[in-house]
Amino acid sequence: MAWKTIKWPVYHLFAIALAVLMLYPVLWMLMSSFKESRLIFVTAESLLPDKWVWSNYADGWKGTAGYPFMTYIWNSLVIVVLSTIGAVLSSSLIAFGFARLSFRGRNLWFALMMVTLMLPHDVVLVPQYVIFTKLGWLNSIAPIVVPQFFGIPFFIFLMVQFIRTIPRELDEAATIDGCGKLRLYARIILPLLRSSLATAAIFSFYWRWEDLLGPVLYLNSPDKYTVSMALKMFLDSESTSNWGAMFAMSIVSLVPVIALFFAFQKHIVQGMATSGLKG
Amino acid sequence: MLKRNTALRNDLTGYAFISPFVIGFLAFTLIPMFISLYLSFTSYNLFSAPRWIGLDNFVKMFTGDPKYMNSLRVTFLYVFVGVPLRLMFALFIAMLLNNGSRLIGTYRTLFYLPSIIGGSVAVSIMWRNIFGSEGIVNSALIAIGLGPVSWFGDPNAALGMLVTLSVWQFGSSMLIFLAGLKNISPEMYEAAGVDGAGPARRFFRITLPLLSPIILFNLIMQTISAFMTFVPAYIISKGEGGPMDGTMLYSLYLFRQAFMFNNMGYASAMAWVMLIIVGIMTAVLFFVSKYWVFYESEGGR
Repeated sequence: MAWKTIKWPVYHLFAIALAVLMLYPVLWMLMSSFKESRLIFVTAESLLPDKWVWSNYADGWKGTAGYPFMTYIWNSLVIVVLSTIGAVLSSSLIAFGFARLSFRGRNLWFALMMVTLMLPHDVVLVPQYVIFTKLGWLNSIAPIVVPQFFGIPFFIFLMVQFIRTIPRELDEAATIDGCGKLRLYARIILPLLRSSLATAAIFSFYWRWEDLLGPVLYLNSPDKYTVSMALKMFLDSESTSNWGAMFAMSIVSLVPVIALFFAFQKHIVQGMATSGLKG
Repeated sequence: MLKRNTALRNDLTGYAFISPFVIGFLAFTLIPMFISLYLSFTSYNLFSAPRWIGLDNFVKMFTGDPKYMNSLRVTFLYVFVGVPLRLMFALFIAMLLNNGSRLIGTYRTLFYLPSIIGGSVAVSIMWRNIFGSEGIVNSALIAIGLGPVSWFGDPNAALGMLVTLSVWQFGSSMLIFLAGLKNISPEMYEAAGVDGAGPARRFFRITLPLLSPIILFNLIMQTISAFMTFVPAYIISKGEGGPMDGTMLYSLYLFRQAFMFNNMGYASAMAWVMLIIVGIMTAVLFFVSKYWVFYESEGGR
């Protein structure tokens, strides 16, 4: 009987302890970013700084390789925004085609799309690099952004699943009213697809914002570098032991990711769960 | 005649909508795959024309390149230790969260957070530093009497560091498990409880079988993505794969061959071997699944 009364407190205590343990590294980095650089590893065991300093942020914000950190944020944002618009728009068009139109070869193309979803990216890494080099696209954002305008299999799959749940009566009514396929897509399906579009946009944001391989391969001059590349540069010059600035800018790079997560976690959680279950 | 016209019209409309995918698939996947297949039989450094060398790349991989064999070994260790641990952890937390508490949403958020930020350079930098010689992991190990571990000196320890980072990001598997657990009706457990089944029995006789299709799905997806892990190994080892190639995951070695040493042909051959390995692993998982995956309703998938 005693177990009944203490069951919930014990449960919550355990869950909270586990969550703290898991998030401790992030907390540690956050707190370290407010410590003086030379003290970070001397006082690594104590979470809170003895004296809170902002100088790491001021330092990091000045940037690295001769450009202010804002430059890298701006470069990342340009890539993220263009990529996300391209990925979401093209994926929704393609998904509408797969979910609502009947044409010869549809199943074949859908199957090819599903295979692409599982295809290890490494197989196309080298030839894509060769192609983009021959096209003269090196040291530009084109190799990173342009492919996004041709549909992302994960998003297409997500949206096809969602469109299939929209009653077909809506399409039929609109068709009787003389609505063509393009207007059907733009006026009826797209507005109903909002939540899937949001989910896709969020994932697209994450992937491009955190992307390292694309910038490492295709961007050569620091003025075009993204936030990920800037952090890598901080790391490469770590021997100067300016850990504080590196931690501070790492935290800055995580802020949009975490903020977006808290603002839209319902979309993210649902997107993950449904796409997984129906796989 | 009229009928054929409508069919043609339907085809044209359909292809118009999926044309971005068709073009993208040809330009960024299919044609590159053919190029990659061709390059895998050549010696190519991007600057002079590819030179046909037959199977030499493949022969070299398995007979003349110990670094390659080591990267294969390291990657298999990473996948076969990391993925089961990650899934077990994900299932454990999902079961922990699958009850009526009002705080579930909050806990779910907290446990999913590492997965959201996990792929970023920032987190790899963080991992590098908490495992440093003066980092908090060693402090904790000393505190419980296990002594400091030389994470950046011992290749196995360094790989362990990568594995813990991958286990730490169990969030998306957890969400998928959680959704699956919600679909199991509580009546099943009640009925089993009435029949005198304890928690362990209920877990092995109800939860695991009903969840098995989802476990299979997670297993396949996580295995493929683990095999392609790049960023953590690249950042934590500063691109070198060290110490003593302990963190030289397959993708990192491929990247180094292609873009540091300009061995584009060799790297293409490596990519194809990887594709074949991933394909075989997926096929084996599917084949073995017949013996342990339980489908509640036939044709439900």
